[in-house]
Amino acid sequence: MELLLLCIPVIVVLFLFNYLPMAGIVMAFKDFKPLDGIWGSPWIGMKNFEFFVRSDLIWNVTFNTVMYNLAFILLTPIISVGFAVMLNETGNRVMVKAYQTLFFLPYFLSWVVVSIIFYAFLSTENGLINSAIAVIGIEPVSWYSEIGAWPYIILFAGLWNQIGYNTIIYYAGLMAIDPALYEAAAIDGAGRWQRFLHVTLPMLSNLVVVMMILGIGKIFFADFGLFYQLPLQSGTLLPAVDVINYFTYRALMQLGDYGMGTAIGLYQSVMGLILVLVTNWLSRKVTKGEQGLF
Amino acid sequence: MIEKTGKDVLVKVLMHGVLVGFALFCIVPMLVVISISLSDEKDLLINGYSLFPRIFSSGAYDYILTSPNALLNAYGVTILSTILGTVFGVLFMSMAAFPLSRPDFRYKGWITFYVFFTMLFSGGLVPTYLVVTQVLQLQDTLWVLFLPVFISAWNVILLISFFRSIPFEMVESAKIDGASEVTIYWKIVLPMSKPALATVALLVALRLWNEWFTSMLYIREQSLVSLQFWMQRVMQNMQFLLMNQDVMGGGAALLGDLPNESARMAMAVLAAGPMMFVFPFFQKYFAKGLMVGSVKG
Repeated sequence: MELLLLCIPVIVVLFLFNYLPMAGIVMAFKDFKPLDGIWGSPWIGMKNFEFFVRSDLIWNVTFNTVMYNLAFILLTPIISVGFAVMLNETGNRVMVKAYQTLFFLPYFLSWVVVSIIFYAFLSTENGLINSAIAVIGIEPVSWYSEIGAWPYIILFAGLWNQIGYNTIIYYAGLMAIDPALYEAAAIDGAGRWQRFLHVTLPMLSNLVVVMMILGIGKIFFADFGLFYQLPLQSGTLLPAVDVINYFTYRALMQLGDYGMGTAIGLYQSVMGLILVLVTNWLSRKVTKGEQGLF
Repeated sequence: MIEKTGKDVLVKVLMHGVLVGFALFCIVPMLVVISISLSDEKDLLINGYSLFPRIFSSGAYDYILTSPNALLNAYGVTILSTILGTVFGVLFMSMAAFPLSRPDFRYKGWITFYVFFTMLFSGGLVPTYLVVTQVLQLQDTLWVLFLPVFISAWNVILLISFFRSIPFEMVESAKIDGASEVTIYWKIVLPMSKPALATVALLVALRLWNEWFTSMLYIREQSLVSLQFWMQRVMQNMQFLLMNQDVMGGGAALLGDLPNESARMAMAVLAAGPMMFVFPFFQKYFAKGLMVGSVKG
């Protein structure tokens, strides 16, 4: 009984801020009127979902969101595992600590601060990139209206932010591998590369699978700050950085269309849930129940 | 033993090269920002940004600190919400994680699922916004700055897996000695879990310190604007002035005098600075805390 009481604060907070909004999903099927409240507003069936067929915008933002996230899901583990293995191989305690600290720094910055840092590099008049390319005779580029460059800038910034955190997680995973395995491999004459292929990768694979399943579950959700702050809310760049979360945000704060905003959120959550369940099931099936999130 | 060969040394040097390269990649942009913030504004406008200040000046900081009220207020709001959210977040989450890590807790399965499900499914932005503003009426309060984000399923799970690594016999023998569950939690489990608690505290504090979105959604009252959101708005205003200086005519002359470019960078330094100082103190726990959480999770 005492144990149950200890759980109460978390249960209450999650109820108010996570479960009540889930109940609020009914608004996707209602014509929300502030005066009538969430429960009193009239039902309108699937009307809030009409914009899915009426315009291409939702498909464009879905495409953007999924493509960016796919790139992150694939690139993050490749780069982070690479760095983690290198940290492990260099084996110098002091250096490893220093590397970890430095790698981790970008994770500590808010997207507002990151947007200012990027401005220092991308500013048309004073930016370091334009100064640098001027040296080799290239005309200054107006980066904040150069839409073609932004998918790469976003990708770069997202990775810059996340790699350190992921490297630490994978490095922690490496630390947990039994050293006896490496010794056995060395006795069998395995080189550095063979040890990586036959000991490190198999032992890390469960962690990679878990991180990837979590990533796939969030594939319809964008890290809003990255897409909202980094381009300094430049309207010209919107087509390149418009993601589902941005679309929902506009529906809420600019259009005040609560029904449509809720409908998009429901679409995001349901797709995400289905993807997690399918990926987890697939992962368990392929590895015969050994690897998965749950 | 693995032999040290010439090839082996070469591989190690290459690896250090790559790692140093990426480390520079992480730190140099921040050093650049600090350098620009300490540069002379007129020189910046003529010669552009540079990696090191050509003409040293504290003008940007002087400019920001001439009217420090808004900044100090924003600091106060952020510090207060970060501290409240972190203290209560870590307390509540560890209180729940303790029973959930116990094999003998009857409702373990149900409550774990209740917590875990919030990771898989959510109501979305708009219903959350309406619950917070219409049902709970929390807009324009200090509470709204941390209540919606200070409990996260991920952190609860991290704590559960750490608590599980504490030998259950310790709990059992304390119970035989007549200790209550609360005493066991407070006197035995918490003191043994410092790395995990520090890790979760850091994650929560980081999230709250860097929070701008909740302010943007829920705060209209000037005195409750958080640091990051305040900075975002100042940036937007500067950008707006800059873009419209031709239209406003006289504005251009006015702008030339303000340390505009260096002030942006100075603000970034002021906003990120405190976290940079806190970070090394947590670092020693961090790898350990994350390790247990991720490996066993």
